[in-house]
Amino acid sequence: MASGEALVRVQNVHKVYHRGNERIDVLRDLDVNVGKGEFLALMGPSGSGKSTLLNIIGGLDRPTEGGVEVGERRIDRLNDGQLASWRARHVGFVFQFYNLMPVLTAERNVELPLLLTNLSRAKRKKQVETALALVGLSDRAKHYPRQLSGGQEQRVGVARAIVTDPTLLLCDEPTGDLDRKSGDEILDLLEGLNQQHGKTIIMVTHDPLAAARATRVLHLDKGQLSSEAAA
Amino acid sequence: MKYLHLVWANLRRRRLRSLLTVLSILVAFILYGLLSATNKGFNAGVDLAGNDRLVTIHKVSLIQPLPVSYQSRIETLEGVDAVTYSNWFGGIYQDPKNFFPQMAVDPAPFLDLYPEYVLSPEELEAWKADRTGAVVGRALAEKFGWKVGDRIPIQGTIYRNQETGGLWEFNLVGLYEAGTKDADETQFLFRYDYLNEGMGGSLGVVGWYIVRIADPDQAPQIAEAIDSTFANSPAETKTTTEKAFGQAFAQQVGNTAAIIRAVLAAVFFTILLVVGNTMAQSVRERTNELAVLKAMGFSNGRVMALVLAESCLLALVGGALGLLVAAILIQPVGKALSGFLPVFYMPPKDMAIGIAIVLLLGLVTGVPPALQAMRLQVADALRRA
Amino acid sequence: MLAFLDQVVAVTLMNLRALKERAASSLVAIVGIAGVVLVLVAVLSIAEGFRATLTSAGSPDTALVLRAGSDTEMTSGLTLEDTKIIADSPEVLRDEQGAVASAELFVIIALPKISTGTDANVPLRGVQPAAFSVREDLRIVEGRNFEPGRNEVIVGQGAQGQFAGLGVGDLIELGQAQWTVVGVFTTGGTIADSELWCDAKVLQPAYRRGNSFQSVYSKLKSPEAFEAFKDALTSDARLNVKVMRETDYYAGQSTILITLIRTLGILIAILMGLGAVFGALITMYTAVASRTREIATLRAIGFASMPVLISVMAEALLLAVVGGLLGAGLSFLVFNGYQAATMNWQTFSQVTFAFAVTPKLMILGFLYSLALGFVGGFFPALAAARLPVATALREA
Repeated sequence: MASGEALVRVQNVHKVYHRGNERIDVLRDLDVNVGKGEFLALMGPSGSGKSTLLNIIGGLDRPTEGGVEVGERRIDRLNDGQLASWRARHVGFVFQFYNLMPVLTAERNVELPLLLTNLSRAKRKKQVETALALVGLSDRAKHYPRQLSGGQEQRVGVARAIVTDPTLLLCDEPTGDLDRKSGDEILDLLEGLNQQHGKTIIMVTHDPLAAARATRVLHLDKGQLSSEAAA
Repeated sequence: MKYLHLVWANLRRRRLRSLLTVLSILVAFILYGLLSATNKGFNAGVDLAGNDRLVTIHKVSLIQPLPVSYQSRIETLEGVDAVTYSNWFGGIYQDPKNFFPQMAVDPAPFLDLYPEYVLSPEELEAWKADRTGAVVGRALAEKFGWKVGDRIPIQGTIYRNQETGGLWEFNLVGLYEAGTKDADETQFLFRYDYLNEGMGGSLGVVGWYIVRIADPDQAPQIAEAIDSTFANSPAETKTTTEKAFGQAFAQQVGNTAAIIRAVLAAVFFTILLVVGNTMAQSVRERTNELAVLKAMGFSNGRVMALVLAESCLLALVGGALGLLVAAILIQPVGKALSGFLPVFYMPPKDMAIGIAIVLLLGLVTGVPPALQAMRLQVADALRRA
Repeated sequence: MLAFLDQVVAVTLMNLRALKERAASSLVAIVGIAGVVLVLVAVLSIAEGFRATLTSAGSPDTALVLRAGSDTEMTSGLTLEDTKIIADSPEVLRDEQGAVASAELFVIIALPKISTGTDANVPLRGVQPAAFSVREDLRIVEGRNFEPGRNEVIVGQGAQGQFAGLGVGDLIELGQAQWTVVGVFTTGGTIADSELWCDAKVLQPAYRRGNSFQSVYSKLKSPEAFEAFKDALTSDARLNVKVMRETDYYAGQSTILITLIRTLGILIAILMGLGAVFGALITMYTAVASRTREIATLRAIGFASMPVLISVMAEALLLAVVGGLLGAGLSFLVFNGYQAATMNWQTFSQVTFAFAVTPKLMILGFLYSLALGFVGGFFPALAAARLPVATALREA
């Protein structure tokens, strides 16, 4: 168990999917705590439930049983609307395929989550600039996603995830679609965010080298923790 | 408003498709505008009809004349304010194709009962002074290039005086203008005493009477009183409000309103399908992006609003342009149709209904895809990507 | 050449198999085109039906005589003397009863329409006995013919369908006189079916027409006798008349309304067609877009751009054909024979007629749908053929 106060408490979480008549237990009575300021890597084979766990922690999915608490808040008890506004304030997502809006420029993409706040246009602009500077893409602000390389796109994705200064940064295979060099740059970025800015990060990955950057690694298999190791 | 750029960017994603959608909506609303003007044209007489005017015709049919003596008898009836007559002439100017209505009337009383025909006092004096004088609507004068002072020959078909073989000549002494948009500017009005004189001075009958009453609420009772005055006489009458008279006449042409509604329904149903399908398509293509927005914390309602804003914007741009083009087209089309439909314009009420339909179209086409977007399960949608 | 055809067939079949996946948008294109064809054919069938009613009236050997300067029977007037001179013409056919010529009166009366409940004008024709020899097609389908000298009328089938109170045995009040409906007749859907007929001798005093008439319908010995008949009457110093073939007279009456309906109908069809073309374009562009990768792959393998173009066109035309057939078929089922009534502007009286969805109109509608499909398919097809293979493979 990680030291320090726990930011995320996953308690006895069970998750069942039904595919036709078939019942799939994706997560089985899982207990996970993530401390504030941790950089946790979730590893495991395909279908082990690591992405489901990430989605549940991020409020995109609800556990069938059990509770999820993030910063003293039982998010599994929130309704859809409450979850949405909770995500807007507390979670930043980074996706494997970046998932940028192709119709918007980099800065407009980064600005998207800020639209949900009450910030003025000038404030939003300033925060977008800060986030883009942090990922080293100030000079690409006016570019459209198709004009960027994969690594640059993912850095825009990271900027978008951190622009609201969320409590939690959730990354689903952030380097899965990148070459080694670009992937390393993203990992450097995440590491920096964790160490210098104290961001709590949970990252799902296949890649042991990526996992090695984390402060802690959890292995999932068939919906259960198989081992835990501190990096 | 801060989301506007997102909506706009999405519409620009498939520019051609958005353009085609806007164009098909535009076409639908041009059609709407023109059909609304056509409908107005068919029913202008009904809408214009003052509810203080009654029309008294022969009970058997409109073409049966009524004795001139009826005028003074109607005037004495309780609640009757003023009475005048009108007589259909049915003549031909140069060619039967140049159809326009010609009426033999008593100038001053006629204009008094029809304040929507505006004639200057000088022209009225000139008309009173010239037995062969005639006044015509401005639109009619423009159509045939007539000017005050012209002599206009018209071949009588029903009325033929022996010495001229049915050819009547009129002095154009004035042009009347429509006091309201619904008034017919294509009438040719001339003096009944000229007609009577030409026919030997013993016509003794007129086409129908127009009766102004003091209190419109009394219309049924007064109509009843007029008809019972002439009951069991050789020429029994039938009196109705001018509105009912006009309605009955319009309905003889056929139920134009129903035909127009049917065509519009077909058009809008088709457009609804096209636009609805386009919207659904564009949402389907963007499932993943919408899921990302939701992951970011966009609520269901907000995602739905974004999709609805898109469909409404499409409808609004297409609809507004369509109504505008229709409004511009109505002028020349109306001129071309003036012989058949003297009144041709889109009433403000139809314009308002048009705008309401625009919004409704935007909402109806946007709701199914918007609901689909709203119900999107983020986790599933992202996994599918 | 064979290889080229093979390519076309292969690509087209592949496209059509994928139609299932685009069912919704393809259906929209079909319904859109069907809607346009339906409205076009329906509106034109009104004009066609109206025309058929007026022009099928009369045969070429029947002549109509009016007073000179009159365009309609309504405004015409002939004395008894006039009508006798006309009937005595040598060109007029004769039978046992004498000249086959009927001097007639034409007035209108107000009767309530069934559909609206308001009064509309119905033509009432007073005829002489010879009228039934002039109109050989006339048959009494219910009741009996009127008896000369009595206040009796027979009503056309069309008029009976549109106006209230025209059943056999019903009474019609005209002024102070009461008339009895004693029979129903038909002439097979011509304009006479919209009329009420009675004895001219009874109608004359009722309308204070003395001994005057408005028209003479006469059967000539042959259609060719018309010119001689016309020349003889118009040059006769005792007469001042206008002589027309019955067919021309009724054809002339139909022109205003037919022109109006046709113009309106075509205008509506063009505007709606534009809308449908946009719909078809959207569908086909979407179809091409959703197959970008497929098409690019085919091109990469070595398919020429022409088969791709043709296959997209083929798909658009297929949608148009289905839509066109649907629209034309539906218009036939829904509108053919639909009974309606409108105003004959020349006589201000009601004409009943049936919408006529003729094969010609259906073919016209179908061809229009093909044109819509062609336009709707051509540009997307061009876009597909011009697809830059390399970028298309990378994107998609």
